[in-house]
Order: sequence, then structure tokens, then C-alpha cells
Amino acid sequence: MNRRSRLHLPRTPARPGQRPDFSYVALSPAGAVPRPEVNARARDIEPLSVELVRVLDDAALAVGPWNPHLDPEELQVGLRHMMLTRLYDDRMQRMQRSGKISFYIRSLGEEAVSVAQCMALRPGDMLFPGYRNQGLQIARGIALVDLMCQVLSNTRDMCKGRQLPVMYHSRPGNLFSISGNLATQFPQAVGWAMAAAIKGEDHLAASWIGEGSSAEADFHHALLFASVYQAPVILNIVNNQWAISTFQGYAGGEQRSFAARGPGYGVPGIRVDGNDFLAVYSVTQWAAQRARTGGGPTLIELVTYRAAAHSTSDDPSRYRAKDDYEHWPLGDPIDRLKRHLIALGEWSEERHQALVAELEALVISSWQEAVTYGTLTDGPKLDADLMFEDVFKAMPKHLERQRALMRAEREMPWPP
Amino acid sequence: MAAMNMVQALNSAMDIMLGRDPAVVLMGEDIGYFGGVFRATEGLQRKYGEHRVLDTPIAEGGIVATAIGMGVNGLRPVAEIQFADYIYPGFDQIVSELARIRFRSAGEFHAPITIRTPCGGGIRGGQTHSQSPEGIFTHVSGVKVVMPSNPFDAKGLLITSIEDDDPVVFFEPKRLYNGPFDGDPHKPAVPWSTHPKGQVEEGYYTVPLGAAEIVRPGSQLTIITYGTMVHVALAAAEAMKVDAEIIDVRSLVPLDVDTLCTSVKKTGRCIVAHEATRFSGFGAELLAVVQEECFWELEAPIQRVAGWDTPYPHAFEWEYFPGQRRVALAIRAVLESA
Repeated sequence: MNRRSRLHLPRTPARPGQRPDFSYVALSPAGAVPRPEVNARARDIEPLSVELVRVLDDAALAVGPWNPHLDPEELQVGLRHMMLTRLYDDRMQRMQRSGKISFYIRSLGEEAVSVAQCMALRPGDMLFPGYRNQGLQIARGIALVDLMCQVLSNTRDMCKGRQLPVMYHSRPGNLFSISGNLATQFPQAVGWAMAAAIKGEDHLAASWIGEGSSAEADFHHALLFASVYQAPVILNIVNNQWAISTFQGYAGGEQRSFAARGPGYGVPGIRVDGNDFLAVYSVTQWAAQRARTGGGPTLIELVTYRAAAHSTSDDPSRYRAKDDYEHWPLGDPIDRLKRHLIALGEWSEERHQALVAELEALVISSWQEAVTYGTLTDGPKLDADLMFEDVFKAMPKHLERQRALMRAEREMPWPP
Repeated sequence: MAAMNMVQALNSAMDIMLGRDPAVVLMGEDIGYFGGVFRATEGLQRKYGEHRVLDTPIAEGGIVATAIGMGVNGLRPVAEIQFADYIYPGFDQIVSELARIRFRSAGEFHAPITIRTPCGGGIRGGQTHSQSPEGIFTHVSGVKVVMPSNPFDAKGLLITSIEDDDPVVFFEPKRLYNGPFDGDPHKPAVPWSTHPKGQVEEGYYTVPLGAAEIVRPGSQLTIITYGTMVHVALAAAEAMKVDAEIIDVRSLVPLDVDTLCTSVKKTGRCIVAHEATRFSGFGAELLAVVQEECFWELEAPIQRVAGWDTPYPHAFEWEYFPGQRRVALAIRAVLESA
């Protein structure tokens, strides 16, 4: 027997040319995981952090105690938001490829996370999204034109040209400015929630990070402060299995579920099927009720799959099996909700195709409007003076001087 | 000699050092199987094994801290921080720990670590993929700071940095990875194969730290710069038809004061230029040193060329970037004071 210490290296299940292997994903049958009362003690519900909350079964029917019993109309709204998110992503991806925008990040395969969670919260709840949560923007009702103008850095860009594409924000929508740096906003959400508690308000905060970025120290700051102050916050780890090329084992997922980090801090952890719209909605609703009734924070791990590349700068065929997603055991979130609605008799293939056509038309007309405000290459341009504004509330003298220098520089004939 | 771009030259340096010294290990996000988001470590895990080229969690503080522990225990880690913009979670470990271990333990402990990190703009990376934070690290006593401007220097400086028993933060101007860039985004990209410094020795060689290089001798004025701005300054001087002496600092800490000041004493006119923001930037140190050493030989106030003091804006990249016009205005200013 080898008695020496050794360096363990997480094993990536399938690299290019290998057979996809998801045997490592621990599954629970739909309906099998009990639903505790929202005021249950964290220590009494630890199994929730390693089991997998699922509602939709193989026949696309909703089963078990976590069934949120949503009206068909609400399910149809959820389906619509998810489909719109995907069609928007498809269009932006193509526009990046044609040089109209500089960069894009799709959320393909993860739409249920943002859409179902947003729908389970209230408009007054503050959201601290990551860069793959465009479904939050769409479910909160931000107009596609506004999202597109940000992505285009054009004259109607909410960020005034200062941010990379997809780093949206909306003050009226209670969607905090996306940073682009990883995990930084997780503990900020806790602080926002602490402020809500200090002020005696009924709002909660929610934030999202990937399993990869849960490695950052900010993740632990969030859990610790949330636990100490029992802040009304929902902390979500979107476990889409990949941090660019690095498999979730390198973020610590090999030894224990990500949700299981919650109980270590005395915070309930719930592991949920992230591609099951009903299950995602239900656990979020549970966590929200708990937070609003003084029960404090919840850590939710949403098990899903990053079906697309990390970003338009990435090529996953270099590091993972090409047909991985086809073997993903939790399926596709849109397809699953669609089949559920059809099983309920509340949807049909014809209605689905009609909705696709309607949403595609909306995406196209929104794009046509957005580009009238300019693109990276054509049309009206933002005034470069804007870069000197909002560095501070009032512009200091040295920036005024630099703005003048920039103007002089731009007027200089070149070559001299 | 072989034609290499900067990425290939860096890869060659790490390849050679992994081969020469069993204590050398590489670590960083996506650097192993994938070979790094900029391909700098491509093929090295395959060649040297998973125990020598480690994929790490996304935790820059953890990367720097564990590299320190490995360094204290006899290894010679080369850590990659994927973008310099992401180095800040590791900042405390660099400033409070890495930089001071030798000092506080009276030389009994040290951590010979190289931290490689791509920096700089010009790639439409917005505020989170474009920063040049080198000046922040030069302000920390106990770390060396290096920034090459071409493949030949990149390889030689990286080998020297890895062999150095002191910690080195090694900044790689990512806009220069594939070719020299003179600041004009509208010109077609030029590959390194057309540049003399794109010819790189295939074997082991070093470029010393603390030695600046005169990349263009001249008599009218001195431009002290480093990184991408070396190429911008060369192009601007040519466009302005001035006989500028252009110096590539290469090693910010330690700094080759003699080469800089010998030049300024000769020309009597000086511009310092970098891509980083101006206020408290490394240019302020360069300017102060030149002023202290060359005051009586100066014919004009020293000019500074730098990025504006704002976060790096996505849409206004070329209005922000200190391009040839900004250098030209500084050239005009130092010459007009005659």
C-alpha cells in the first residue's frame, strides 16, 4: 500500500475525443426529496445540500412536495422568457461573429436558472447578477432594445460605452451593475440584505456566481457574513460544470457538493436540478419565504450545464467532448418545460412554433431599432468626453484638463 | 534562431526552465490541459505532466498564497494570473507576504516566485481586461517588476525572472503577443516574424533584470518607455521626423537609472510614456529620477504621456489609449521649449 502523501489531481470526465461521462452527477428521482418547513433549523435539513431537488419527472409531470403548483399562465410566461433569452443570445452571438459587437456571453442551457429564480422573487428584491444571467434582465422586463444598445456600446447604451457587452445594470429594475470580475458581488449582496434588515424593509437580495468562481475568497466572505448576521439573502451557485476549460472538480466539486458548503457555515444548502423550471422556482420561493420571515440566508446550488462556449473568445472543442451536452442527464430547460405544458394540455407544438416566430420577430425588430442608435462600426457614436464623467460625482480639475487634452489630440491632423 | 511571437517565446522560456530545473512548476487558471487562454503554456502539461503544470481553482489569492508556500518549501513556482485586471484578490499576499518574507525572516525564508500576467489594452477588453497596474507593484518594496516589449526580451527576461531568488511580477502586454503594435488600430496587424526581435534563440539564454535597452539611438530628445508604448513611441518619433533616443526600460524594479540619465544628459529633453493611468503612475517615478539626476542638463520640462485617469472605457478605447498623437504632442512640447 502506498503510504506516502500524494498530490491529487481532479479527473476531468471527458476530454475531446472521449465518451461523455456524467456518472459523477448524483441524481435523486423527481419528487423524492422532502420539503421542510421554511423555518426549519439549518442543521436539521443538511441532506438537502447533497440530494437533488427535482419536480419534473420523465413523463414531464410535476411530482412531489416541491411542486410549486404554478398556474399554466405563469408557466407559459416562464417558457416565453426562457425562449426569448435563448433567441436573444443566438442573435447576439451572430452579431458578434459579423463584427457588430465586440464580445458576447451566451447562457444556452441555463435559462431556467435566471428566469425561474427571478419569477419567484419580488420586483423590490435586489439582484446582483453574474455575466451569464441575462434571463434575469429579460424576466425583470428590461426591453431587448436596451440590452442590445448596451451590447452595442451605442448612443443609447445604459453604461455610456464604458463596459464590455453584457455588463448591464438597471436601477429601476433593481438589477445591480455587473462587474465582470468574479464573485465580487456575492458579499455585496449580503451587505445589501443587511441594510434591508437594518432599515426594517421586507426586501431581500439575491446573487449568482458560477461554481468556478466560488473558489474566490469573496464566496466565503458572503457565506460568513450572511451566517453571522442571518441576512435576508439568497446566494446562488450556478454549477454549469465548467470554468472556461476547467471542470468543476477544480473548484472543489469532486469531494462534496457546492451546496454542502452552506451547512458548514450554518446556512441551509439546497442542491437543485437547475434545468427543472419548477424545481428552481420552488426552492427559490422557499428561500425567499425563509428570508422574509427572519430565517436568514440560503445557499442554492443549481446543477446545470454550460452548453455553449464560455464566451465568444472561447473554443470548447479544445477541452471537452464535442457532444457533451447531448448526454447531459438533466436535459434542456426549455424542452422540459415545454413538454410539461404539453402534458398538462396547456401547450402544443403549433403554439410553440408560433411563439418562436413571434419572439424571433421581436428580436429582429428590436435589433433594427437598436442599430439606429449606432454600432461599433457604423452610425452615431457616443461622445468620447463621456469617459471623464462619473469617475467622481464632480469632475476634478485634473480630469477636466485631460478632457481638454484629449479634444486637442483628436483635432490634431495625423500624420503631421 | 527561430521566428517566434511573444507567446511562443514565453512558452519556450517556461519549457526550458521546466526541463532544466525540477523545482520549477507552473500554476494558474486554464493553463494546464487547455494551455492558457492566450496559449502561453500550450503543450507544457503534456510534456512535463500534471504535477508540474497545475490547473488551479479560480482564486488568485489562493494561487499566490500557495505559490508562496511552495516557494518556501523549495519549489520555484511560475504562477499565471489570467489577466492583470484579476490580480487584486492576490494583492494582499503579494504586498504583505511575498514582498516581505525575506526581510522579516532576516533572510532565513524566501519564496522565489514569478507571477506572469497579461496586461494592457488595445484588444477591446473594457475595464476588466485592459489595465496596466504595474505602477502599483513598483510601489511595493521587495518585488521586482518586469515588462518586455518583444519576444526576444520576453524569453530572456522570463528565464532570468524564474531563476531569480526574489519574487518577480512579470507583465506581458497582451496587445504585443502576436505582433508589434504602433498604436494605430486601423493598420493591418504586423506579425513578429517581420521584426528583428521576433528572431529568438531556441535554447537557454538570459536578459538581465535592471538593464534598460536603447532601442533607437538619437540626439534630439529621449523617450523613456516600456511595453506597448515602445512601438508607439518609435512610430510617433518617425512620423514627427525627430531624432529621438528611445529607451525600453524593460525592468521597472530594479531600474537602470544610468542608461536613462546618460541619455537625458546627452539630449537634454525627456518624455516618459506608459499605457497606465498618469496620476501616481510609474512615469512619476521615472520623471522624478530624471529630474534628480539631470536637472542641470534639462532644456525643457519633462513631459508625461499616459492613459487618462479614468477606468479603461470599452467604447472609447482609441481615445483613451496613448497613441502616436499623444506622444507627438509631447514631442512638440519638449522641443518647443527650446
